[in-house]
Amino acid sequence: MIALPPPKAKILAQRDVILAALRAMLPEDAVIGEALRLKPYETDGLTAYRQVPLAVVLPRTTAEVAAVLRYCHGMGIRVVPRGAGTSLSGGALPLADAVVIGLMRMNRILEVDYANRLAVVEAGVTNIGITQAVAGDGFFYAPDPSSQLACMIGGNVMMNSGGAHCLKYGVTANNLLGLTFVTIEGEVVRIGGEHLDGGGYDWLGLITGSEGQLGMVTEVTVRILRGPEGARAMLAAFSSIEVAGEAVDAIIGAGVIPVALEFMDRPCIHACEAFAHAGYPLDAEAMLIIEVEGSVAEQDALLGKIRDICARFAPLSMKVAQTVEESAAIWKGRKGAFGAVGRISPDYLCMDGTIPTGELPRVLRRIGEMSAECGLQVANVFHAGDGNLHPLIMFDANDPGSFARAEKFGADILRLCVEVGGCLTGEHGVGVEKRDLMGVQFTDGELDQQRAIKTAFDPQWLLNGAKVFPLVDGAHA
Amino acid sequence: MLTPDTEAALAALVAVADAPFVIEGQGTKRAMLRPVQAAATLSTRNLTGITLHRPTELIISARAGTLVADVEAALAAKGQMLIAEPPAYGGIFGAGQPTIGGTVAAGISGPRRITGGAMRDHVMGVRFINGMGEVLRSGGRVLKNVTGLDLCKLLTGSHGTLGIITEVTLKVLPRPEATATLAVTVTDFAAGQWVLSAGLGAPYGVSGAAVVGNRALLRLEDFADSVAYRIAKLRGELAAFGSSEIIEGDASLALWRDVAEAKPLGAAAEDAIWRVSVKPTQGPHVAAALRTAFDAKVMLDWGGGLVWVAGPANEAAHRAVMQAAGEGAFVLFRAPDALRAAVPVIKADPPALAAIARRVKDALDPKGLFNPGRMQAGF
Repeated sequence: MIALPPPKAKILAQRDVILAALRAMLPEDAVIGEALRLKPYETDGLTAYRQVPLAVVLPRTTAEVAAVLRYCHGMGIRVVPRGAGTSLSGGALPLADAVVIGLMRMNRILEVDYANRLAVVEAGVTNIGITQAVAGDGFFYAPDPSSQLACMIGGNVMMNSGGAHCLKYGVTANNLLGLTFVTIEGEVVRIGGEHLDGGGYDWLGLITGSEGQLGMVTEVTVRILRGPEGARAMLAAFSSIEVAGEAVDAIIGAGVIPVALEFMDRPCIHACEAFAHAGYPLDAEAMLIIEVEGSVAEQDALLGKIRDICARFAPLSMKVAQTVEESAAIWKGRKGAFGAVGRISPDYLCMDGTIPTGELPRVLRRIGEMSAECGLQVANVFHAGDGNLHPLIMFDANDPGSFARAEKFGADILRLCVEVGGCLTGEHGVGVEKRDLMGVQFTDGELDQQRAIKTAFDPQWLLNGAKVFPLVDGAHA
Repeated sequence: MLTPDTEAALAALVAVADAPFVIEGQGTKRAMLRPVQAAATLSTRNLTGITLHRPTELIISARAGTLVADVEAALAAKGQMLIAEPPAYGGIFGAGQPTIGGTVAAGISGPRRITGGAMRDHVMGVRFINGMGEVLRSGGRVLKNVTGLDLCKLLTGSHGTLGIITEVTLKVLPRPEATATLAVTVTDFAAGQWVLSAGLGAPYGVSGAAVVGNRALLRLEDFADSVAYRIAKLRGELAAFGSSEIIEGDASLALWRDVAEAKPLGAAAEDAIWRVSVKPTQGPHVAAALRTAFDAKVMLDWGGGLVWVAGPANEAAHRAVMQAAGEGAFVLFRAPDALRAAVPVIKADPPALAAIARRVKDALDPKGLFNPGRMQAGF
């Protein structure tokens, strides 16, 4: 288990005073202090870690967020920003002496501007909510993390969330124009705006993906894009991981950048098929889902090109969707992959490393060996175009020691990702989960430089403590 | 001028330095932003060479002093390209070959920025030297990476004021098989910007959108069949905006090279040049205001959101540009030393952010060694 820093006794002792002060500055229903009502906030998508916070506040306006931060800053109280609480890395895990600032009530879409292709939304608007607001006019918001029904744009900004379509459309950082940012001192600052690159330092780029270490975001100006005329998927099944990897290289080598290029290994294919009955080939060692966009004729042409390329690698089977419905069926299994694994295993850890795509066969072979060594099953889904690997490690939390073994297995996989030239996290963030592995990827000097920049924003280290940076002598700063 | 041959030698120079440096690659953009007050110049020009190119992984790494032209040639040999199509701005700053490190440090992006992303969007990793002379890395050599604070983005566009970039790793893409441009004849900038918004709001993947003179230009890049199909559809949908012609192949490539270099702006040698960044529909208003203020020469790129401006190099004109930028941003891109030393060359951060910026600068360059005054006075 990852260690959390000891709570500040002085803060815990003042709990009643703090709650009274928060109630004085916010509407009555925006402050939670009762044990039973705090319980739902004790964890996020990384449910192995739980900690009931000191208090939860649910502000409705930027001014309320600023007031809470100003107060906490003055009192030396730690704060933990929270969106929908879907983080898979424990990015929203509370601390015992911290006030959780939940943004779910800031859920209004403030402006949609098609001529300028942007939308201004509050941080608590869900990811899918943005696309739903503009889909009727043919537009969409591009980053599409698997949790998009629930996760909120504020959390997406803080974690720089990705998705299955970022090979073509990029991640959150590539789809933003501006932020309303609140510093730990409670100052409200406009970052960026409704224009592209301004000329000064790229604060927008630094804050995006900063995991709540630098400040809070209450409003987001996102770029919205006109959707393509249509999109369609195909699947191709191969007899080995190596051959599937070669097919991926050949597709990209031919200058074709599909809008999505997903890879599943045998355990994942089986889990998904049992769950979704998508017609996946059970004899395959590896399967690709490849999606292209454009008019029907363009889709046909691109899928034809890709089919011809795949055909050179002796596929066990190929299926090109002829209709939108067939395409949805191909995606159904992949989109349900996490749920499918949840169905065959009581618990699982969803890992998130990135590797150079050419290293895939070697990495998957080694993961297979490690799986046998530790006696835990693993299924792999992989954004094959961009190298982002999601091994799903299955374990049983009721079996003592099982979680510890799963955590160690996961850490070993991430070490392997770094060893082959990749990184610890492609889109889920470091959070608490990967905090103690940061030294695998970065030198002490590199971590100290990042810490110094954090200190520039948050001199007292009150923002989202215990995350991202390894503790020094059991504490943060 | 100090031109160390290795990263380690460069780091050693910084570690013992107690006086500031001008930090540059080939120095092609010395006339950009503010003049730097430093006696010595430290250049990365001798740190050269492509260190990694994996075409199927869409990744290239090069030492900072490698010429952009050399990076582009290596990519072209594999049918690939730099996504941000960074211009050399030879017509603006004079002849000279920019380095990849300088181009990243200056955050240079061409017309494809509108849909392909800015240079900062493609910097997957950097090696750099901070003001203590430490060699540090951020990012890596993979396309998706959210591990730790993203210093790649902070350093890109920081003009050498926060660290000396010694090596960059960039995402690249296949060079499209074909390209074509729809040129719609329009009556004025406002009408032209409407054409751009309509084109970018259509489902055809427009990758360049500019107004030059009386023509609104929309570029498509893709496989040849797709380009042929899409340009015909686009032309049909935009027929109501005015008569149009289709420019194909090499003529289209040459046209967009000129747009990238801001050649159609027609800036005179003595003119100052500004870039104003606003929301696209605001572009024509900026253009109109500046034509009224000082008979500015103007062209629009980035869907109308990037206004290139040329005009007299004086403070009155600069004040007019600052005012016209409004909620947007501006850069005094080229001007005589006296003007660039006298005025804010970029939009100032709000006070709360300026205080943070000062602390970030101190965290990276506590001795103030790197390019003092380049982006703002006393910084």
